[in-house]
Amino acid sequence: MLGLNKNDRTLLVIVAVLALLAPFILNPFPTDSSLAQFNAGYPDLMQKFVIFGIFAIGFNILFGLTGYLSFGHAAFLGIGSYSAVWIYKLFTYNVIPAMMLSVVMAAIFALLIGYISLRRSGIYFSILTLAFAQMSFALAYSVLSNPKFNLTNGETGLQVYANDIQMFHRDGLPDFPHIFGLSMGSTSKLPLGAWEFQFNVGYYFCAILMILAFYFSIRLFRSPFGMMLRAVKSNQQRMNYTGLNSRPYTLAAFVISGMFAGLAGGLLAATDPLAGAERMQWTASGEVVLMTILGGAGTLIGPVLGAGFIKYFENIFSKINDQVLHQWVSFMPDGLEDFVVALIHPFIGKGWHLTLGILFMLVVIFLPGGLVEGGQRIGRLFGRKKRAEDTADAAAKTPAE
Amino acid sequence: MDAFIIQILNGLDKGSAYALIALGLTLIFGTLGVVNFAHGALFMIGAFCAVFLQQVLSISTVAIDETQKDFLGNPLKVETPYVENWFGPELGGAIIDWSVPLALIFAIPVMIAVGFIMERGLIKHFYKRPHADQILVTFGLAIVLQEVIKYFYGANPIPTPAPDVFKGSFDFGSLLGFDPNVIIYPYWRMVYFGFSMVIIAGIFAFLQFTTFGMVVRAGMVDRETVSMLGINIDKRFTMMFGIAAAVAGLAGVMYTPINPPNYHMGMDFLVLSFVVVVVGGMGSLPGAVLAGFLLGILESFASTTWATTTIPGINQIIIYLVAIIVLLTRPRGLMGRKGVMED
Repeated sequence: MLGLNKNDRTLLVIVAVLALLAPFILNPFPTDSSLAQFNAGYPDLMQKFVIFGIFAIGFNILFGLTGYLSFGHAAFLGIGSYSAVWIYKLFTYNVIPAMMLSVVMAAIFALLIGYISLRRSGIYFSILTLAFAQMSFALAYSVLSNPKFNLTNGETGLQVYANDIQMFHRDGLPDFPHIFGLSMGSTSKLPLGAWEFQFNVGYYFCAILMILAFYFSIRLFRSPFGMMLRAVKSNQQRMNYTGLNSRPYTLAAFVISGMFAGLAGGLLAATDPLAGAERMQWTASGEVVLMTILGGAGTLIGPVLGAGFIKYFENIFSKINDQVLHQWVSFMPDGLEDFVVALIHPFIGKGWHLTLGILFMLVVIFLPGGLVEGGQRIGRLFGRKKRAEDTADAAAKTPAE
Repeated sequence: MDAFIIQILNGLDKGSAYALIALGLTLIFGTLGVVNFAHGALFMIGAFCAVFLQQVLSISTVAIDETQKDFLGNPLKVETPYVENWFGPELGGAIIDWSVPLALIFAIPVMIAVGFIMERGLIKHFYKRPHADQILVTFGLAIVLQEVIKYFYGANPIPTPAPDVFKGSFDFGSLLGFDPNVIIYPYWRMVYFGFSMVIIAGIFAFLQFTTFGMVVRAGMVDRETVSMLGINIDKRFTMMFGIAAAVAGLAGVMYTPINPPNYHMGMDFLVLSFVVVVVGGMGSLPGAVLAGFLLGILESFASTTWATTTIPGINQIIIYLVAIIVLLTRPRGLMGRKGVMED
């Protein structure tokens, strides 16, 4: 089915089920309970999960398969957002054309940047992409927002104003990105006992695209093209000596991953019709690198996990403050309680980036394969124990015979 | 002509900062073969050494002076720094005033220690790993260092003034026979330029004229042979890492009066310094210095009104543009050696 083998099909089904049932799964705590702050089942956050999931899946096609570490992928995210908002401004709030333009524009830019950057490899490639992304950021932030030719609206960010043309916009259509009249912001709530589940149109739109993106990435990983990209990673020189020109392959991978980033940028603008230059800054590029590495570069599920992990903890950790912390450790004696709170304090709230940095370093040092490798190691540990027991049993039985 | 000289002068101080950071990066890369993304953080730590020293020196005792009243009529609180109590107002005041230059003495051991800990504790384990891993782990380290500083000093820039003697500007034009006040240049920037020249000259002299430097240079060319000759090259390379860290730190200390330090100043400089290193040629020390000054001056020329009206925003993108052109036309950079990073 779908041209996948059994394992991949299972993986795809798991991801699809998780994505489609996310409003339930991410909302395990009743609304009024004190643990409700750990719920992630609200539209804003769920949208971020899947959108950055797409972004990371795309980045993984480049970095995970070819080993080319791009430090400028956020440029395509920004380009996608700007393109989508321009569609809103000029034509319609319908997201379908907006997404299409996002992907196409990102592809054009990726082709251009990739064509130049891929002439070098290794650290030079990283720095070239970094330079291009910083250049795009500078252009978007100041240069292209001059009064004569205002393409990006500078610091304020590009947004839709009441006097914009919006050629195909009619009364009756929502004043918000929509898909054939169904607003991206509309949420239906399902109260169920103490719980309340929220189903958001925007989320499901993004989630379906993420499942498609995931399916595409599985197919790509298993295709001859994917094998070619892996060959680039393991030994490009040998590939060149056998008479193969690897550049078309890497360029294709670069463009595909740029298109994914463009789609993610477009979706960001679909759930919130605003595009700002800070989306293109190199810290944003760093973030997707973190997600992919943390989850496990080169694995299928890793980037999605990493994106979800980072976005979840970013939201939850930054919400925890000292008061909450005091509540949790209130069972301890007073002095110890204050000490524990003071100890954890730097890592929560605004200190989330510190936690992220430490976590990231630990992963790079001890677990180069990311969370996926961690899971596999744990799995193998249990598996081995079981097998060891089996053999021990067998050994114990043999003498008896 | 005067405008031309002004732009060159303006480019020198930024160029000095680029050159110093790029020099450190190249030292680390040339000796240890590690791409250090945390080098900007070292620059920032240096700057915060100056902030720390200034704050420590200004710790004061508070005495209530009944004879003086503030505007509400309450007795005025008079703060006297301990330093002034100990050394008298004259010398104490001078010490506080000169806190930035004094921070140089303080920063050298701190930065060398930071460099040693970094190299021995973390980077040592990454020699055999791919360059991508080195970039990633030092990138993570940079985030951590940055956040630690942010935790202690907050997110806002902290003004750290230069000594009073260096306030004001030097009338450079009258020296060359121009009208007075046409070409003026702040004293501190001149100091910064002179300082960076001294450091750069010092590093080159150290590498060129001492036995230690000779061994290090030999190690840069062929590490294996040098270690086979019975020299503990790893130890010397670790020391070079400490020196590179100290160079970045000192550049940061002296930069504080020009630009009040904040926790992400390192990252801002780092991206540009990498571009500088690549333009200069990976692994080439003179290349790094040359490219640092060239790009600094180029940036200052691109910021003139003439340039920005001709091509709006050229000052923002000129460095990246030059880097892209250089990398495509001269892949090894301006003075890059053959065989460095060409795998």
